[in-house]
Amino acid sequence: MKVRYFAWMKRTVGVAEEEVAPPSNVTTVGELVAWLRERSGGHAEALAEGAAFGAAVDKRTVPFDAKLAGATEVAFFPPFTGG
Amino acid sequence: MTVRVQESDFDVGAELDRLTRDNRRIGGLAVFVGLVRELHVRDGYHRDRIDALTLEHYPGMTEAALEEIEAEARRRWPLEATLIVHRYGRLEPGDRIVLVAVGSPHREAAFEACEFLVDWLKTKAPFWKLEDTPQGEKWVGAHAGDDQAAARWEKK
Repeated sequence: MKVRYFAWMKRTVGVAEEEVAPPSNVTTVGELVAWLRERSGGHAEALAEGAAFGAAVDKRTVPFDAKLAGATEVAFFPPFTGG
Repeated sequence: MTVRVQESDFDVGAELDRLTRDNRRIGGLAVFVGLVRELHVRDGYHRDRIDALTLEHYPGMTEAALEEIEAEARRRWPLEATLIVHRYGRLEPGDRIVLVAVGSPHREAAFEACEFLVDWLKTKAPFWKLEDTPQGEKWVGAHAGDDQAAARWEKK
């Protein structure tokens, strides 16, 4: 699946998007976050426990207990500041 | 009924004219235009001058989120016309960022729905602001006042 990062998270991780293949025991967004943290220091910092960020699966905002089954794109982003 | 996310500026007069031209049921049109301020107030009183603002969005998701917010407004108020135009990219103080226009037979619904759309798009549509200041680049943090403004429209 494709993982995308936005705003400061993109800079902290170091890439805007990446293709990942998490193991089969990673079934929720929260489990994906924990798994991604292991990829690099930038990932660990951007996706740190307690950091204020949200997630979307296939361009819809979801809670961290949302299932990943069938997801093609998962995105992580800081709180929105438009308008 | 229209949502657009674009890099280019918009002409407020032309947009409003197009929105209302063929609809004689509109009696009131409420309009909000958001502009880039040159001073950003932080922590209540500390002010930073900004040279520019860069708006990032999430193509596809941003449009879908705006359409959902617009659909919610139409469920809550009797609206004849709605328009949201939001820009992205690099903007300078004085530049227009967003246009929200709402037409209804009566002004009360138009005013309320316009305010609702602005409050919700600030907290529910994926946009992020990066400020270019004399001290360097700064990502704008979420503002508690915006969350409170959005929350007052939540259905109890």
